[in-house]
Parts: sequence; C-alpha cells; structure tokens
Amino acid sequence: MTATTASPRSANAVTPRRARGSGSSQHSGIRESAVSRTIAMAVMVVATLYFLTPIWWLFVASSKTRADFTTTAPLWFADFALFENIAALFDYRNAVFLRWLANSALYAGIGALIATIIAAMAGYAIAKYTFRGRETLFNVILGGVLVPATALALPLFLLFSQVGATNTIWAVFLPSLVSPFGVYLSRIYAAASVPDEIIEAARIDGAGEVRTFFTVATRLMAPALVTIFLFQFVAIWNNFFLPLIMLRDESLFPVTLGLYVWNTQVSQIPDIRALVIIGSLLSIIPLILTFLGLQRFWQSGLANGGLK
Amino acid sequence: MAISTVARVGAMAALTALALTACSTGGSEAPGAAGGDCAPSDGPVTLTFTSWLPGVEEAVAIWNEENPDIQVEVQTGPNGNGGTYQNFFNQLEAGNAPDLGQIEFDAMPNFRVQDGLENIAACEGILEAEDQFVPWTWSQVTFGEEDAVYAIPQDTGPMAMFYRADLFEAAGIPVPTTWEEYQAAAAQIREQGGYINNFSQSDINAFAGLVWQAGGEWFANDGEQWEVNLTGEETTRVAEYWQGLIDEDLVAVYPPWTDEWNAAYNSSEIWTWVSAVWGANTIASGAPDTAGNWAVAPMPQWEAGESAAGNWGGSTTAVLKGSDHPYEAAQFALWLNTDADALTAMNKTANIYPATIEGADLPVFGEGVEFYGGQKIYEVFAEAGNNVDPDFTWGPTMTQVYNDVADGFSGAVSGSGTLLEALQSGQSSTIDALKAAAIPVKE
Repeated sequence: MTATTASPRSANAVTPRRARGSGSSQHSGIRESAVSRTIAMAVMVVATLYFLTPIWWLFVASSKTRADFTTTAPLWFADFALFENIAALFDYRNAVFLRWLANSALYAGIGALIATIIAAMAGYAIAKYTFRGRETLFNVILGGVLVPATALALPLFLLFSQVGATNTIWAVFLPSLVSPFGVYLSRIYAAASVPDEIIEAARIDGAGEVRTFFTVATRLMAPALVTIFLFQFVAIWNNFFLPLIMLRDESLFPVTLGLYVWNTQVSQIPDIRALVIIGSLLSIIPLILTFLGLQRFWQSGLANGGLK
Repeated sequence: MAISTVARVGAMAALTALALTACSTGGSEAPGAAGGDCAPSDGPVTLTFTSWLPGVEEAVAIWNEENPDIQVEVQTGPNGNGGTYQNFFNQLEAGNAPDLGQIEFDAMPNFRVQDGLENIAACEGILEAEDQFVPWTWSQVTFGEEDAVYAIPQDTGPMAMFYRADLFEAAGIPVPTTWEEYQAAAAQIREQGGYINNFSQSDINAFAGLVWQAGGEWFANDGEQWEVNLTGEETTRVAEYWQGLIDEDLVAVYPPWTDEWNAAYNSSEIWTWVSAVWGANTIASGAPDTAGNWAVAPMPQWEAGESAAGNWGGSTTAVLKGSDHPYEAAQFALWLNTDADALTAMNKTANIYPATIEGADLPVFGEGVEFYGGQKIYEVFAEAGNNVDPDFTWGPTMTQVYNDVADGFSGAVSGSGTLLEALQSGQSSTIDALKAAAIPVKE
C-alpha cells in the first residue's frame, strides 16, 4: 500500500522541479535529455502497472460470476455481477463480513486515535521536559521500533492468558495502542516545531501543563500526528498475526483474519473462493479512502519530519 | 518456540506412555487405564470446541437444544496447518486450551507426542463405539495402544478416480482399472492433445494417499522410537511411476488449486483426477462447463483384481489435555460424529464424508449426482473407505514433511531432481527434525 501511493507521489514531486529546470535552461544551458526523462517515465509506468495490476485483477475478478471466473480472461470483464457478488457476501452467515469490517474499523480507527494521543504525549514529554533517565527511556523506546510486532504476538498471548483476557476485544485492542515509532516521530517533531518560548508564554498566562499540551502543542504538531495516525491505522488494519493468535470467536475477528479463515476453507467449500475475492476488494476500500483523504497531511508530515 | 519446549518435555512423557500404557499404574495421567476416572461433572457445564468446519454451529445447535446441562460453545479459526494447530499448542502451553478441538488424522501423532490429548477410553461408551467406525479410522485415534482412545474420528477422504466418461468413450479408450492400463491410456490421451491427470506437486498428502494404497508406510512406532521410511519399496514404486509420467510429458504439472488448474479441467484438457471424496465438489465448482460428463471409478490397482484404496484427508474431534470435563466432552464428540442429524448437518454446510459405517448410508449419499451424470458416486467411495489399509501411520512432524517434500517435488516437475530424490532428502530432513524435537528416532 505504502509503495503504491508513494511512487506516483514521488513522480509528482520530481516533475515540477524538472519543469522548472528546463524552463530556466534557455539561460543556464542546463537541460535534461529527453532520453533520461523517457527512461524515468517508463520506469514509473512499469512500477505503477506492477502495483495496480493486482488491484485491477481483483476488481475484475470480483465482478464475475462463479462460472465466468474460471472460464474467461482474467484481466477483462465478463457478465458484470459485482453487486450480486456483494449481496451474496453480505448474505453469507448472517452478514458476518460486515461485522468483521466494523471490528477492523474499531480496532484500527479508535486504536490509532488513542495510539496517536499516547505517542504524542510521550514524545512531547521527552522532548520538552528534562528528567533523569530521559535519554535512556528514549533509547529503549527507539529499540522498540526495531522489534517486529510479529515477534511480540506469542509473548503477548501468554501474558493475556495469565489474566484470562485472550479471545476478547482487549487482546487485540490494547497492544494496538502502542506505537514506538509514533513516540520517536513526536519527539523529533515536538523538539523542532514547538518552541520553548511558546510553552513559557502559556505557563505565564496560567495554563497548566496538560492544557498547554492539548491547546498549544498538539496544533503545532498536527502534521506529525496525522502521520502517526495513518501509520498506525494501516498497521492495525493489516495486522494479522496478533488476531490469529488471540481470537477464537468469529464475531471478534478483524476482516483480515476473517478472509484468511475463509480462504483456508476453499477445499471444503470451493464456492467460498468468490466470497474471499469480493471480500478482499471491499476490505481495501477503507484503506484507500483513508489514504486519499489524509495523504496531503501525510506527505507534508513526512517531509517535515525528514527535513528538520 | 513454544512447540519445541513442549515437544522436549512432552515427547519423552508421551513415548514413555506409549511404551507403558499396558501396565499403566496411574500417576497424574490416570484416565488411561480401564476403570480409570472419567466421571460426569456435577451440575451444568459449558464446553469450548474449536473447529474450522464451516457451519459446524448448526450441528452443535442440535446438541445444545437436547442437552441444556452440557452447552457447547463453538470457536473457530483457520484450518489446522493454517494456524489452528499452532494456536492449540500455544493454548496448551498457556493452560487455556479448548475442551475439544478438530485435529486431522495426519496431525494426531504430533499432538500425541507433545502430550496434548486426553485419553478418553475410560469414558462411558467410548471403547464400545469402535464398531461404529470404518476400521482404519479407529486405529488412527488409538495409535494401536491398549485401552486408549485419543479422539473420535469425524470424516474421511477415501480416494477414487474421477474421470471424463464422455471423452474416454468418444476416444474408444477403456477406463483404466490398473496403473499399467492407466499409463497406456495416458499415452493415448496425450496423442489426442490432452493429459490424463495433473501431478499435484504441493499436495504431499495426496501422494501419501497413493503410497497408502500401494501398501507403503512412511512412519512406524514401536512404543520406544519412531522409524521414518519415506523411501520404502512401495513409495519408490509410486514415485518412479509418476516420475515416468512426468518425464514422458503424460501428465500436466499445473500448480493445484489455482485458476489455471481449474481452467485445465474446465477446458477438457485433463481427463482424470485421482482424488478424495470431497474432490467431487472441487471439480463441480472449478469446471462448471463439464457438468454431466464426469463419472467415478475405483482407483487403478497395482495388481489386477485387487481393490486397495488410499485416503486423503479427514479429521477427528479430540479432547484436549487439561479439559475440566472430559466425560461431557467425550460424550459430545461421540454424538457429533455418530448422530445422523449431526452428520447430515455437517455434510450440508461443509461437505464432510462421515467416518462412521452407517454414515455412508445417510440419504444424501444414496442419491445420484447430476454433475456425474446421475451416478451414485458415493457408493464407490463407501467401498473405497472399507478398503483403506488400517496400518498406515502418520509421523509426528507432518507439516515439516509436507513442506520439505513439496520443495523437492516442485523442483522435480520443473526438471531439477526427481520425486524419489525429493523423498530421499525428505527422509533425512525428517529424521533431523525429529531429533531436533528430542523425539527418539531410529537412524
């Protein structure tokens, strides 16, 4: 997903500079050859095709009837049955798929929101307050960035087992609230974009520390916060291994796990394959919408974070 | 990670148990001996049951209705090798395993060796239930131990040959009854531009079914140590037979379960599939244009006049170690897999083919199937089920065996190495894997 949206964007970022370059070339004599530009374009077209073809295939496959699916060309439409397929999906097992979508929205939406707030507070605190062990704490958190979430799933399962909380919403929700990368980004961003003078001024005006954070600091840190939210949203939405290990109750599954479970039943019920395909298509739509809606912030946030 | 720890501790315990069951003198693992403790619990109980069988809730609902004091709660997940087995092991380690779990026949030894199963032989009616099941399935859940039953067989996958009756007839090729005739037919079909079959490079358990039919055995356990024999006489014979078909381009080698594989059947390029009973739905779904043209015959034989069959797939309902209510769990498992209504419900939602002898007589199996030209195909499979060799033993690390051999097989179909070489390397990697898990193995 990241790569899909990143490549067209970098194309945009590059093109204006090139345009400006060639515009001034009449004076300076610097000119990029048509050859290199064509090659660059060709590479990007290939990359775009590479990333979009599977999505195209998914869309076309989702629109086919069960019989057409195996018998017609994979990359072009046959009888258009997209809406019948969606209806069949929603009809299957009392609309359990909608339940999964709602679960994913809950885990990813609320989870990412709270994760962002926690990360912002932690990052801000580390950036702006001086206390013993500050650097040690930060380094430990930074170390957390390097530990893949998958490696933590099993220890988390054993921990949750001890308190009898496996197979509950909390088993997936609570671990989603932690974002070491978010803390890291918040710290860097807070240090760069929230001047000490503003905090001083807020204190002199009588604002408490919490109020200063929520009314002053968060606004200055907004681009970073959107970035953290997006990263965390995508991470939770795509998180598969933790729910796989934690959840047994079908009504708690996120959409990724639910589709995977269906896919393993194909040898028993071959027809379920069609539902997996249409379900996969529907399951990526929220991600695409979130990206399209927030990518402007995301772009500037990343750029700022990187530059400063 | 969790597995290897459990394995190390469990392997020794289980193997000791395997050796000593006959003179089991109790200890903490008491319910093994006849007259051991498998008593009903006081008051109402709730059991948890993890199964990936689609729609198993419907069968469970019938039980819950009839047994208000023993309520069963269904939990689900991906199929066994897709994650549920690993989950069971994690849960056994954490002490919160479900009371009951679905476990396929080929994974049973793994759970036995890691001491993940309750012996329910002492529970009421369990030992007596043996007569209700197809013989080979019962030996799979007892491991040949005395006074031991570790699960109740649920469904099976007796194998037969699906074939295109119309194409064979039009070409004037007799339907093969031996593997020799099958090879001759393959050459004739190839001349017409088709393939007789597709060699399934990644379905190692299907290949095991072919070996099973030929009388081969991959594993043996004498109560003290395991013996691995992936390269025995019968296995070699089967491997060389199929290698010959591959070398002469008489079988297709599409990756199974893909679109191109379905398309090859749908376009009449491939004429037969030697597969299990549940494959009936796979073809019907993947090759809709060929409806009405298929038929089912027994597997081709190694010796003319024999009627040996293999088995591919099937599972059990096991009571997992640590269940607080083994009595009730055992009663439920027995009911689920013998009650006509339950079996009918599971057949309806998940196409299962029951492991009981009477299950083959359910009304749904007595009907002709339109896709197969109205043939009563389940009669062939019922016959096949009775002809499956009961002595075949699965090993304790089948997931690893499947993966390792599949690597070699996919090389072999693309021309690097042979099936036999893949099995040879699987043989040594399996011995290594058993050693790594501290499971005693004969060199």
